[in-house]
Amino acid sequence: MLRLLNIELIKLWNNRSSKVLILAYFILLTSIALIASIKFDIGPVKFHLAEQGIFDFPYIWHFNTYVAASLKFFLAIVIVSMMANEYSNKTIKQNLIDGLSKKEFIASKFVTVSVFALVSTVFVFIITLILGFAFSDITELYHVFSDTEYLLAFFVKLVGFFSFCLFLGILIKRSAFALGFLFVWFIIEKIAYGLLRWEIELTENSWRTITQFFPLESMSNLIVEPGSRLGAAKELAKQVGEDFNFDYSVHWYQIVIVLAWTALFIYGSYKLLQKRDL
Amino acid sequence: MSTILTISNLTKKYGYLTAVNNLSFTIEKGNVYGILGPNGSGKSTTLGITLNVVNKTSGNFQWFNGDLSTHEALKKVGAIIERPNFYPYMSAYKNLKLVCKIKDIAEEKIDEKLELVGLIERKHSKFKTFSLGMKQRLAIASALLNDPEILILDEPTNGLDPQGIHQIRSLIKEIANKGTTILLASHLLDEVEKVCTHVVVLRKGEKLYEGPVDQMITSNGFFELKAENTDALINFLNTNPNIKDVKVNGDLITAFLDQPMLSSTLNKLCFDNGINLSHLVLRKESLEEQFLQLTDQLS
Repeated sequence: MLRLLNIELIKLWNNRSSKVLILAYFILLTSIALIASIKFDIGPVKFHLAEQGIFDFPYIWHFNTYVAASLKFFLAIVIVSMMANEYSNKTIKQNLIDGLSKKEFIASKFVTVSVFALVSTVFVFIITLILGFAFSDITELYHVFSDTEYLLAFFVKLVGFFSFCLFLGILIKRSAFALGFLFVWFIIEKIAYGLLRWEIELTENSWRTITQFFPLESMSNLIVEPGSRLGAAKELAKQVGEDFNFDYSVHWYQIVIVLAWTALFIYGSYKLLQKRDL
Repeated sequence: MSTILTISNLTKKYGYLTAVNNLSFTIEKGNVYGILGPNGSGKSTTLGITLNVVNKTSGNFQWFNGDLSTHEALKKVGAIIERPNFYPYMSAYKNLKLVCKIKDIAEEKIDEKLELVGLIERKHSKFKTFSLGMKQRLAIASALLNDPEILILDEPTNGLDPQGIHQIRSLIKEIANKGTTILLASHLLDEVEKVCTHVVVLRKGEKLYEGPVDQMITSNGFFELKAENTDALINFLNTNPNIKDVKVNGDLITAFLDQPMLSSTLNKLCFDNGINLSHLVLRKESLEEQFLQLTDQLS
């Protein structure tokens, strides 16, 4: 296990573009803290984002994991290219000839993306604690550590998404095309979503039953947008006569769906590698 | 002698094309083997199958008596296929370090092997800055890192300039002299002739010959003859039971022997039959002619 991780890290860390992207990702992750400094002060209009309650425990878990998850595309580039480069450099062939089994090859990639996800989660955990204790009015430990299931959701979401990237890297073998396909897939899902919702006009519950199984949709369902949960947003909604009543919590079955996709992507990658002649 | 690799009834089909057809041979420890065949005869495919990168259609192969899984066995093998494949952005040293990690061996031999292939001064240069000859030598260093039971080289001199070819060949000889078993796939006869003790000849995925290189030349040679009276000579040769074939090219007549015969014997026979030879040479086919004969037989 450590050997496989070690092998993969040597490959990644010596590649300058991967190194820059990984560093950029973690620096950006840290810079979530900078949101705290968003402050408008135009005469009578005083607005300090940190005081809008976004950094209040336990809401901050939701907010930070949501924002952090949107940075995952930086790592997506790294992951897709670490897979596709093995094909374009033909090093995958040499790795196998040197005595790495196909299973170990996939495992080394999967362990690496899991470590990426884990380190990201730990990062978000630490930053959230720091920000929370700095700005939250609520600091009782009971509240501080409630809603931490968002961290689990964040971790699962990243692992699922990265596995999808790995799979596309193996399937398409060219990083640019694989990333393009990822985008096309995103659009396909959105079109299917739109068709089900508006064209076929299924009832509210039934189209959600179907769309929640789409790979990207299932990942985004894990952490739904937190904006409408803000005090200010709710106020605003009340004034126009709407009452937001979304379900923000993380559900076990959503986690199961994403884990099932993860398993499918990794198994699919392995099968592809096994079936293909190099 | 212990067996390193056994291939039995191996077949690989790409759609309609049969790249390797029911191929069987064994590699014993201590010999230098050549797999000889024209381009597209299935050499690389055969090696690819045994090296876990190409899937076989049917048949079997077995490393070291079969008590190891293929990928475990490959850790005791050193192999390079076609072009040298390394991470272009990493230095020679780091690339070899990675191979050590994959093969699960200590890193202390890296310098020794780089020294052997003459790349020690460039060990911190990135792989992408290397010339093809240097890349190929790095590949050999990498294949030797684990002091392998067998070194497999697929067309190691392909695309190199004469100097590069010379360097690689003397390197191969040096390694062979140390007692390492080598399997060398090539379409170049003199390469095989110069380095190998045993040879497997392939054509269109089928085995034509397997055995020691010197026994591959099974024929008894041929006479090149000239005489004043060409027709009489041809008639005489055609009736002689020791001659299996006669070819005429201008006034030069080539007679292929079915049985060994001395040139003096033939000379006397001709003279007794009233034919005066003006030219008489007994020759053996070169490996190249042999090879062409072998590979043409079935086409």
